[in-house]
This record gives sequence, structure tokens and C-alpha cells, in this order.
Amino acid sequence: MRLLLKGGHVVDPQNGLDETMDVLVRQGKVVAVDTAIDAEDARVLDVCGKVVLPGLIDMHVHLREPGREDEETIETGTLAAARGGFVAVACMPNTDPPLDTGAAVRFVLSRARETGYVRVLPVGAITRGLGGTELAEIGELRRAGAVAISDDGRPVTNATVMRHAMEYASMFDMPVISHAEDAELSAGGAINEGYWSTRLGLPGIPAAAEETMVARDIFLAELTGARLHIAHVSTAGSVELIRRAKEKGILVTCEATPHHFTLTDEAVAGYDTNTKVNPPLRTQRDVEAVRQGLADGTIDVIASDHAPHTAEEKEVEYELAAFGMIGLETSLALAVTELVRPGILTLGQLVERMSYGPAKTLGLDWPGIVPGAEANITVLDPDASFVVDPAGFASRSRNTPFSGRRLFGKVVATVVEGRIAYEAGVS
Amino acid sequence: MPLRHKDLLGLEYLEREEIELILDTAVPMKEIFTRDIKKLPTLRGKTMVNLFYEPSTRTRTSFELAGKWMSADVTNIATSTSSVVKGENLKDTARTLEALGANFIVIRHQMAGAPHLVARTVKASVINAGDGRHEHPTQALLDLFTIRERLGRIEGLKVTIVGDILHSRVARSNIWGLTKLGAHVTVCGPRTLIPPEISRMGVEVTCDLGEALADADVVNVLRLQLERQKKGLFPSIREYSDLYGLTRKRVEKCKPGVLILHPGPANLGVEITEEVAEGPNAAVHEQVTNGVACRMAVLYLLSGGGKPGEIAA
Repeated sequence: MRLLLKGGHVVDPQNGLDETMDVLVRQGKVVAVDTAIDAEDARVLDVCGKVVLPGLIDMHVHLREPGREDEETIETGTLAAARGGFVAVACMPNTDPPLDTGAAVRFVLSRARETGYVRVLPVGAITRGLGGTELAEIGELRRAGAVAISDDGRPVTNATVMRHAMEYASMFDMPVISHAEDAELSAGGAINEGYWSTRLGLPGIPAAAEETMVARDIFLAELTGARLHIAHVSTAGSVELIRRAKEKGILVTCEATPHHFTLTDEAVAGYDTNTKVNPPLRTQRDVEAVRQGLADGTIDVIASDHAPHTAEEKEVEYELAAFGMIGLETSLALAVTELVRPGILTLGQLVERMSYGPAKTLGLDWPGIVPGAEANITVLDPDASFVVDPAGFASRSRNTPFSGRRLFGKVVATVVEGRIAYEAGVS
Repeated sequence: MPLRHKDLLGLEYLEREEIELILDTAVPMKEIFTRDIKKLPTLRGKTMVNLFYEPSTRTRTSFELAGKWMSADVTNIATSTSSVVKGENLKDTARTLEALGANFIVIRHQMAGAPHLVARTVKASVINAGDGRHEHPTQALLDLFTIRERLGRIEGLKVTIVGDILHSRVARSNIWGLTKLGAHVTVCGPRTLIPPEISRMGVEVTCDLGEALADADVVNVLRLQLERQKKGLFPSIREYSDLYGLTRKRVEKCKPGVLILHPGPANLGVEITEEVAEGPNAAVHEQVTNGVACRMAVLYLLSGGGKPGEIAA
């Protein structure tokens, strides 16, 4: 099948493209990027006035399969991804059972082949059972197709275990993704420790709970020479630590979520449990620091930390509610609305943070929109707006704090390996 | 003017005029229930449920009597802490109570925001009788009432709150009420029991009790949860008592006529000595009496009752 994207504005900084171009796709590959391509018998998608981007990757999602298919499945999660403009997602290993064996990773990949709408990149566990003590068979995870390792959702408390994980993973050139949290400092906490925790009477999680662990892992990355990726950076202090580590040449990358560059802990007033997330929503100063980190490249990646939960897990007392919010279907629009439209990021920088950044971090071959490359393309209308309506989400869960918010940036089409995984107006 | 709210979730959500209305309404309520025939017909045919997830004697009894003297049918549900941890669903419980005909749900819960969840779920009026470390609005109302009754005003007074501010819903409700009514509030306690950025709530903060007491018109002493010591928040009860216990010696250095409050139950000899708690400056027992009056006022106003003058005498 041939596909012609006609008249779109191609923004691909790595290939020096920022102009109106047609893109022709055949047999899963980009075959031509040029002005005025004519191709008979090709399916033509008129994308005049839209932007055509290298396919976006969300490198931090929870697909919940196996084990919690009531929250999300690989099918619903990857459909949500396609609708959100993502051609690939990296899924975290805290499933049930966890992705701590080659068999579990192969299961996810096989379910993705059978039911998935976009490419699924499994992240394997650092330790067996995510228990934080014994290393998982990282070589086996790699062979099965894991792109990184993480005990996401739980910190690796023991520094020696983390050190060994980094040393071991570096043999396979796999990044170690750190969920940076000192579990003693954060124990019992529900929201950011500060004025709002005081006012609302909710137990707080201090910024230092994240920052002490970011600092530890940076020192371990320096010690081991391994590739460290800090997940969901939420504080000004973490951004500063990572900025300095990068200046020293330590191999550290990091990501920030849309909720951490958009919302503050003030959103918790009213006790809407959809605002409960780990790490918690922080202060305005932290939001500014995350935005600055995204602008200057200290933060390499925007990732959603899409964490589906059922209504039953959320419609309870705030302290009892599950941590996490979904993000696949709002992530790109939040980035457009909160970062691109205010001029914090150019569209080219957005592509770096949402396509090349995650690809580089995960070591993917990611050539962009260039002849010969696998055709992974996101078509976006950055000026179209919509009101977030969780009832219309493809995700099986509805736990978003952005319900009712007007956002800019509608996905027009998501092309995965030459195939249209999602097209606006076509269900 | 009735209250413009379905629920009383906290003093945070009330305007100054609304707080004053409740206090004004509590004056005739106190007269009514301190006379021989206590009953008012206001809530005849209405049902009030006390839903208590934490042990409480005085608050629960106070609400129960306030309801009864307003002629409501009152029922108490004591639910153990463990059932919450086991995952008993609060929304489901609230819906059940409403289906049983509850018009008022008085809730005490160990987690902040639980009354808000109930209030969002049911049409019944929800009264917060203490939610975690968030608010305990009727306790603050009775404290305000007692201050006003004893000292004649609240505006311009210097009020010091001493103790475990971090875990105290009494402190937070008092801060909202007092600052809205124009008092100057100082909170005092060990640094480990002072929550971060509390000064943004409009209060002074000090860890020095002498300084906090020096020019106070009112001292509100909080109950110390003795188990906090095990969590490493202070080294020993002895040292706490030494640094923050209110003794006669310390009271003698205060302004003459200083009013001393304690929400009870007190750890006598820890945060306050019995001598002080039962002394002439303290109003511990009046507070309990005033609590019933204030809760009657809240029930009256939430049920649509108007000005204090309209209360049938």
C-alpha cells in the first residue's frame, strides 16, 4: 500500500526539514520527501495546514497487561497511544506478574503483535519481582526484547543493588530508568510537602525525597559509567542536579511529564484524587524549573507516565487513592498548549523531546522522515482545539485531572510502520 | 439569613459573616439548653447519623445531645479504623446512610477530605467532626465562642496555639476562624511538629514557648498524641513537657487574665498541668458546654433556620 501525505509542513530537525513537503510512503518505508509528489494509486491524505512530524514516542506508560486488564490492556492502551499521536510506547514492568523474565517480555510483545495499534517497547525489571534485592536476568530480558530496565513505581533502595544493576546493564548498553524516591522520606505521603499539604492536612512528600535519590543515582552513574535515565523529574532541585551532572559529562538523561510542567499542588484543593500522582504535583517554582529544563535541553524527554486506575481505586479517601493519572490522550496537546504556544519550545524542540529524545535514550534506530526510513509519522494540527472529555478516551481508565480543560493540538493521523494506526474522524 | 452551604466541611470555606452568624446563633442556643426544658422542635422528623471512624467521646456525645435537643432522631455508627484499611468503601456507606433516611451526616474520619467525598456523594448535609489533620470546624467554633464570651471580642486579640501543630485539625480550624475574625495568631511547638509554610496561613511561628506566651490574650493548648514520640518527632515526653508544658509558673508570666483553652482530652502533666487546666484562667469545661450550643447553632442554620432572633424562646 502506498500513502501520500500531501501539503503538510514537515518539521524534522535532525533532517533539517522545516518546510512544506509531500511525504510518500510505500511498503512501510518513507520513499520520497519532496515538493509536489504525484503518485497514482496512493492513498492521499490532504494535510495542508497541518504539521508532519517524526513519529512520537512515549517512553513511560503503564499498559497493565498482564494482571490488571480491568485498568488497561495492550489493545486499549496502544489505541490510546495512537489517538494521542504516539507511534511507540515503552511499557513499565510493574505488571502482575512483573516483566522480570524473558517469558513475560515475550508475552507482552506477542500480545502487542496480536492486539496492538502502535509499537510496544517493553521495559524489563531491574530486580526479581521488583523486590529491590536480586537482579533480574537482564541479559535474558534484553534478548527477549526489553529496551531498558526499571523497577518503576518502586525505588531501588539498596545502593549496592543499583550499582550492580547499572554495571550489569551497561554490558548490554541498556539504560537503567530510575524511579527516584527515598521511601523513608516519602513514607505515608500523599501530596507535595509544602503550603498545600499543610493547608489541606494531607501528609507530605518533600522534594528532598526525590532529590536525594537523583543525587545518589547520578553518583552511581559516574561510578559505573552506565547510562542512567531519571523518570518523571518533578522538582527544581532534580533539574539542577541533572544539569550539573550533564555538564560533568555523566551519562544521564531524564524525562518530565505533562502534569509536572502544567499543574501545581494547588490542584489538590478540593481533594480530587485524580490529582494524586507519584511524584506529586509540586510548586510553581518547580513547574518553572521543569519548563526551563525542557527549554534548555536538560530534560531530554516528555513522557506521560500514563497510569490507568479504575474509578473504584480513585473514588475513595485521598490518602487511600491509588497514585497515578492517565496521559496518552492529552500529553501531546498539553505540550503544544503549555510549551509550544507560549514559546517555551519550538515545534522542532518538541520533536526532540517527544521523538528523537526518547529514541536516543532507548537506543532505537530512529532516522526520522527521510527516504529509506521506517515510516513512523505523526500528523498534528497545532491550532485546532478541543475540550478534554475522558468519556471519549480509548483508554479503559478515566483518571485524568484535565477533564474539561480546553487544549490546543489535535492529532490528525498517526502512521506506524507505514500503516495508519489512527486517523481523525475515522474510528 | 441561613448559611449558604449544604455542608459544614471547614471554617476555611466560610466567610467571616457566616462564622459570626453561627456564633450569634449559639448564644440563644446556650440559653435554651442550660435551662430545664431543653428541647427545640426545629429538627423534628429529621434524622442525624454520627458516623465516627475514630474513637471520640466528647465530640460524638456533644453532637448527639445537640441533635436530640433540636428534636432530631440521632443514631451513632462507630466504625473501627481497621475497616477503612480493609477497604470499606466510604461512598457506599454514605449512600447507604442516605437510603436509610439520614438528613445530617456527622463524620469523624482519620483522613483529610473524607467529609468532602461524602458531601459530594449525598444530598444530606455533611458536618465535619474532624478529618485527619485537616479541620475540626465545630471545635474551632466553640473555641471562638468561648473566647468571645470570656473576653468580649476576638478582633485584635493575640492568640497562641501550642503543641503538635503538624497533626492538629484543631489548630488549622482555629487558624482559619481566628484570622478571619481579626485575631493575631501565633503557633508554637517543636520544629518537628510545625508543618511547612504554615506562616502562609497568616500566622506567626515560633519554637520558643516563652516568646509565644509573652503577650498572648489566649493560649490554646493542643493535646499531644503520645505515640508521636515513637515516630521520632520528639525525643521524650519528659523533654516535651519541659519545653512546651503549660505550668502555673509559665501562666504567672503571662498577661493577667490570660484565657487558657484545651480541646480535651488533656494529658494532664504533659502539655498542661491539672492545676492550670482547673485554674481560674482555664475554660476547659465551659468549652464543652459551649460545644453543644455551637453544634445546635450549626444544625439550626444548616437546616435552613434564620436569624438568632427567630429562634423560639
